[in-house]
Amino acid sequence: MAELQFREAIRAAIDEEMAQDEDIFVMGEEVAEYDGAYKVTEGLLDKYGPKRLIDTPIAELGFSGIGVGAAMNGLRPIIEFMTFNFAVLAADQIINHASKIRYMTGGQVEIPIVFRGPNASAGQLSATHSVAYDAMYAHFPGMKVIYTSEPEDAKGLLKSAIRDPNPVLFMESEQMYGLKGEVSDEEDFTIPIGKAKVKREGSDVTVVAHGKMYHVATQAAKQLEKEGVDIEIIDPRTVKPLDLETIIKSIKKTNRCVIVDEAHPFGGLAAEVGYLIQREAFDYLDAPVQRVTLPDTSAPFAKNLFDEWLPDAADVIEAVNTVTYRK
Amino acid sequence: MAKKDKDTQEIQFTPSGTSILTNGKIQKSTELPSPTRKKHKSLGLSEEDLVAMFEQMYLQRRFEERAMQMYQKGKFGGFLHLYMGQEAISTGTVFALNDDDDIITAYRDHGWGLVRGVSPKEGMAELYGKVTGCSRGKGGSMHFANVEEHFWGGHGIVGGSIPLGGGIAFANKYKQNGRVTASFMGDGAVDQGVLHETMNMAQNWGLPCIFAIENNGYAMGTAVHRHSVGELVDRAKGYGMKSAVINGMDVFTVYEKMKEIAEDIRENSNPWLLEIRTYRYRGHSMSDPMKYRTKEELKEYEKLDPVERIKQYLLDNDIIDEGKVEEIQDDIEDRVMEAIDFAEESDFPEKSDLYKDVFVEDDYPFHT
Repeated sequence: MAELQFREAIRAAIDEEMAQDEDIFVMGEEVAEYDGAYKVTEGLLDKYGPKRLIDTPIAELGFSGIGVGAAMNGLRPIIEFMTFNFAVLAADQIINHASKIRYMTGGQVEIPIVFRGPNASAGQLSATHSVAYDAMYAHFPGMKVIYTSEPEDAKGLLKSAIRDPNPVLFMESEQMYGLKGEVSDEEDFTIPIGKAKVKREGSDVTVVAHGKMYHVATQAAKQLEKEGVDIEIIDPRTVKPLDLETIIKSIKKTNRCVIVDEAHPFGGLAAEVGYLIQREAFDYLDAPVQRVTLPDTSAPFAKNLFDEWLPDAADVIEAVNTVTYRK
Repeated sequence: MAKKDKDTQEIQFTPSGTSILTNGKIQKSTELPSPTRKKHKSLGLSEEDLVAMFEQMYLQRRFEERAMQMYQKGKFGGFLHLYMGQEAISTGTVFALNDDDDIITAYRDHGWGLVRGVSPKEGMAELYGKVTGCSRGKGGSMHFANVEEHFWGGHGIVGGSIPLGGGIAFANKYKQNGRVTASFMGDGAVDQGVLHETMNMAQNWGLPCIFAIENNGYAMGTAVHRHSVGELVDRAKGYGMKSAVINGMDVFTVYEKMKEIAEDIRENSNPWLLEIRTYRYRGHSMSDPMKYRTKEELKEYEKLDPVERIKQYLLDNDIIDEGKVEEIQDDIEDRVMEAIDFAEESDFPEKSDLYKDVFVEDDYPFHT
């Protein structure tokens, strides 16, 4: 095992895949000469040259479309967004084109493209820079959506995403790039897309949490352990296709569930998973499923309001208390 | 407080007045540049080429005339955007380019499919939404495609195919395979922001791509001077991009310019912006009452009909006689009618096809 920062794990995945396949290239704002806005692609320009590390203008729609066209015509683009908040400008190419052209042409093309970059909030950046987009893209058929929480998952899943013959959205977090974690140094280590992981075993309450919220859930679990409540944490890792089986199996054991999601409440992952649990495990529940999400407001700038806005361990503990009838 | 000006005029934003008469003349939505004066021999076209061009253009015309009838009879649904009047562009382009050069376009795509190897049967079946259609009944009128023959499809979002064409060209340059991409759009797509983004990158990166505007005078029902400021071809100036504006009602003109541009691109790896002026005979789609233009304007353009023009050239130059023309036309009529029979008799896709080709793999666990 090697200890890597999140950004190093992502870089290693890109580097290993680029070394094996000449058709893979990275395109995005500041990915080459600047070494990446968050230093994810640091050193890759020196190693692979300007043909395969391509700095773009600030034109998300245009370079996303060029990426989709290049993927149709046999290349394997990795398109970096400085944040998925800016990818809204490229939504036509992601939603209308990348995800649908294979279907509309009766299977005449493959579009092996990865759109990657940080998702959701990163401190006081106000409303337009703070949105979690994983559930929105998961809504649409024809794309896979991954939002990982730890370096090892990031490396293994990004390698799988790059090899996948379909469009994949791979989401990260500005605030996790420096996070360190053990990463398997097994040769050609990959993690299959669509598999959740039980990251903490427990018997009292199942907590489903992914991306940055996984770390909020672990903080809550540590606190609750002191209070004698044993939390099981499941990280879906892949939002779509969702590994419901692992979640349901856990609920059949704990009979209680809290979903922690850094998205707004309406129509997010928490809403979807909550529905699925009542459909698949209704008779096993000892309490209504609770969710911890952002409020139904945009991100405020002011520190006190921002802290109020973002879910934290105290919110998770409160939800756990509700499902266990402790308060 | 400012005084209110008594002479304040009524404010108007979008210019109006498409169908007004100016000095007794019809104000056209586009002015056609002169066609080439060259004869076929000096363009390097053989007599066989000319006959093949005529056959192709007549096929596109009859296919759509019959498709329109079937649509009006309620044989199939969806949108039907007809290419009639613009056949010289698809035909001249495909004869000028190599067979492995890439073409992508928007939703007015029937002619492009037919000229790039979609058979009339596969085309008609696609309109009918049958599994034997070129896109297996999943795309319909707006999504003809024949990727094997480098036709990357019709695309339904105005402007959406522009960067895809840039990306196809990017991949060709990346692989250094010498292929040229022609990314077609209508005049309405010129107003989409993605054209600016794509042209900027294409010029900066030297993409081997022709951004070709089929300016047929109208973005849906809005005349070109009402939706776009200045001349469309002048968009190239801001990027330092090579450009030209040509007559799109004459297949020789399209052929000549496309050949010249493709050669330049193969030699220098740079993009071009080409405005091809043409005219759309039918409405934007089938439900269009065409109140935004005059009958006189339509008639004037019909005098310049591209299919008639090549036919007349064949006759005037004694390449084929009236008898042969009739034989060709009858033969095409038969093929189109066979295509209708084929489409009617073909099966719809299986219900299980609903889940086919969403993903490459067959075992994707769909959400329920």
